[in-house]
Amino acid sequence: MESHSHEFVQRAGAALHNPTLQSALARAKDGFVLKRFNAVSALAEFDALRDRAVEIKNHTLEHLDHYLERYEAAVQRNGGQVHWAADAEEARNIVRDICREARARSVIKGKSMVGEEVGVNEALEADGLEVVETDLGEYIIQLAEEPPSHIIAPAIHKTREEISELFHRFHAKYGYKKKLTEVSDLVNEARQVLRQKYLSADVGITGANFLVAENGCNIIVTNEGNGDLTSTLPRVQIVTAGIEKVVPNMEDTTTLLRLLGRSATGQDITSYTSLFSGPRRPADPDGPEAYHVVLIDNGRSAMLGDEFREMLRCIRCGACINHCPVYGAIGGHAYGWVYPGPMGSVLTPLTLGLREAKDLPNACTLNGRCQEVCPVRIPLPDLLRNLRHRQFQARLGTARTRWGLAAWGWLVRRPAAYRLVTRVQARMLAAFGGRRGYLTRVPLAGNWMAGGRVLPAPQGETFMSAWKRRGGRGHE
Amino acid sequence: MTTSESRRGPRVGLLVTCLVDVYRPDVGFAAVRLLEQAGCTVVVPTRQTCCGQPAHNSGDNITAAELARAVITAFEPYDYLVAPSGSCVGSVHKYPDLFPHSAEWQSRARHLADRSFELFRFLTDVLGAGDSVQARFPGRVTYHDSCSGLRQLGVKAQPRELLRRVEGLELVEMEDAEVCCGFGGTFCVKYPEISGRMVADKAKAAEATGADALLGGDLGCLLNMAGRLKAAGSAVRVYHTAEVLAGMADGPGIGDAEAD
Ligand code: SF4
Repeated sequence: MESHSHEFVQRAGAALHNPTLQSALARAKDGFVLKRFNAVSALAEFDALRDRAVEIKNHTLEHLDHYLERYEAAVQRNGGQVHWAADAEEARNIVRDICREARARSVIKGKSMVGEEVGVNEALEADGLEVVETDLGEYIIQLAEEPPSHIIAPAIHKTREEISELFHRFHAKYGYKKKLTEVSDLVNEARQVLRQKYLSADVGITGANFLVAENGCNIIVTNEGNGDLTSTLPRVQIVTAGIEKVVPNMEDTTTLLRLLGRSATGQDITSYTSLFSGPRRPADPDGPEAYHVVLIDNGRSAMLGDEFREMLRCIRCGACINHCPVYGAIGGHAYGWVYPGPMGSVLTPLTLGLREAKDLPNACTLNGRCQEVCPVRIPLPDLLRNLRHRQFQARLGTARTRWGLAAWGWLVRRPAAYRLVTRVQARMLAAFGGRRGYLTRVPLAGNWMAGGRVLPAPQGETFMSAWKRRGGRGHE
Repeated sequence: MTTSESRRGPRVGLLVTCLVDVYRPDVGFAAVRLLEQAGCTVVVPTRQTCCGQPAHNSGDNITAAELARAVITAFEPYDYLVAPSGSCVGSVHKYPDLFPHSAEWQSRARHLADRSFELFRFLTDVLGAGDSVQARFPGRVTYHDSCSGLRQLGVKAQPRELLRRVEGLELVEMEDAEVCCGFGGTFCVKYPEISGRMVADKAKAAEATGADALLGGDLGCLLNMAGRLKAAGSAVRVYHTAEVLAGMADGPGIGDAEAD
């Protein structure tokens, strides 16, 4: 997927002034937050599960080579094939070659964030294939030719009216001429259209929530059952997954599953939790003839080796996104790439480069709510701070910020000079504020005042000088 | 330390915080009063400037470490470091991260962090001094949980517990009291539009409670929220909780006009 992360500020501004998006965001936010809260409160051992999940993930990451090899061997035992992709281009090529070899003309896809990450759809469409997303949300944004705005609910930004309009426009060619408005009717119509796609597809591509090393299974969770149909109906099945998705065994996987549903949608477990272990065996009534897994690195092994390793614990539940007040204000498209919100602000710069995504680590108040809800306790604010440190070292900030920081740094290291400057500053700003108590314009206040904000005026005398004047205790 | 002083309870070094120093010295004096009422001896190290948080959060770890060393040196002589700000104490708690290559500084940083407390938490959890609050504040107030205090330091029940002792005060909770106000240090300067939208939500939530005053424990958030309330022409006054607890909230609130 093409990145627009460098346009963060413009896109965020546009989002703030888009009333449709704002109402969609307000609705969505409350729902997810409340549902998670209820589900988590109802499970006494939730925090213990989190600790266990952190252990499982850390252990797996420490021995990632080992578990990936075990996983590959298990898939081969089951009759499947594993492919290794170092980057997005390799991943696209592998998927394209499998489709070419299968002489495929049409492809159905279950929702896959890593698929978006490496740009599977674009590559196959360029090859002349028809690619249809089967997750309802993904299907909607595919029709709208938009990227996902959330990793769990890709079309969360769309209103019912917009969806009704889209279906009306695109489904006419299948004979559905009536404009529908009820949610259930819309879902039904999409189901009818998709049914034909399922039956005629040559290849089915899905992502994976977990890859189980001990038995070679890939597991996907959905609420629509589309993952099952996408995996079992076509002749060829392709699973795309990041290398961090591997889990040692089934028992560990169940621990993670219990956290995933509750953190993502507030469900104890999603409607469908499906396991796939390979191609059809001689006695099987159905299933694909060929089973391929594409294991994608695309920057992950670099993360493994540095201070961002903890990010690889992420199970893509989206809780951090749902609880991020910045995401809640601007939505997912502002972040400009596959992964929005706090997890995206870490992943995007690490995958695409600090320069491309230089706003993302900064567009965060470090309020810590994301870390509080993350089921695998990823210290997202610390990781964002580390990215800022890297940016600082690479001198990626604006000249104005760097200069401001340097001047401030000079001053705060000199208490005597600092005392003098703050004393003058407090007096001056208090005088500017006059009897009103606040200021609407301040020289050197930078952007604080943008958009009609006001700054309360200081009281006038600094604490330090008042303390000294009153003879309070102090020491050098 | 003289014996007469040691009998007067713990010696507390007050970290004034740069915003309190410049914008709202009353908060500093309120903190002093509360600590003294609770039996502490309060000292204000005069070489303090800023805890270094803006540098650390901007990725300038060298400046941040230098400021951390200054704070550690200045506050080491006292039993405790206390600040009327969860955010700055949170920053002190992060000092050990700033010395990855110096075992000595790391341990000094950790030692200080262990003895550093946000004011309300110190008064209640460390001193058990809830009783020492003697104040009156007639009216309804609502409380904003500032992010750093809440999530890094577990400050949530303590200020409410203390506020319950204030005569005439009625506490009403606002919706999303735990959601960030959009201040975020340099965030509000770098992304004023997004910040503006976040603080507008906050101001609405505060107004909706029908409270006379909005309180909090961090001056950064309070300046942000007071600014928004003023811009919107709201009558809700804004005070630091310490001012109310110390009985010093009879003057103009943050951003209010001088009384005649
Ligand atoms: S970072 Fe944590 S909360 Fe966010 S998507 Fe990943 S696992 Fe979920």
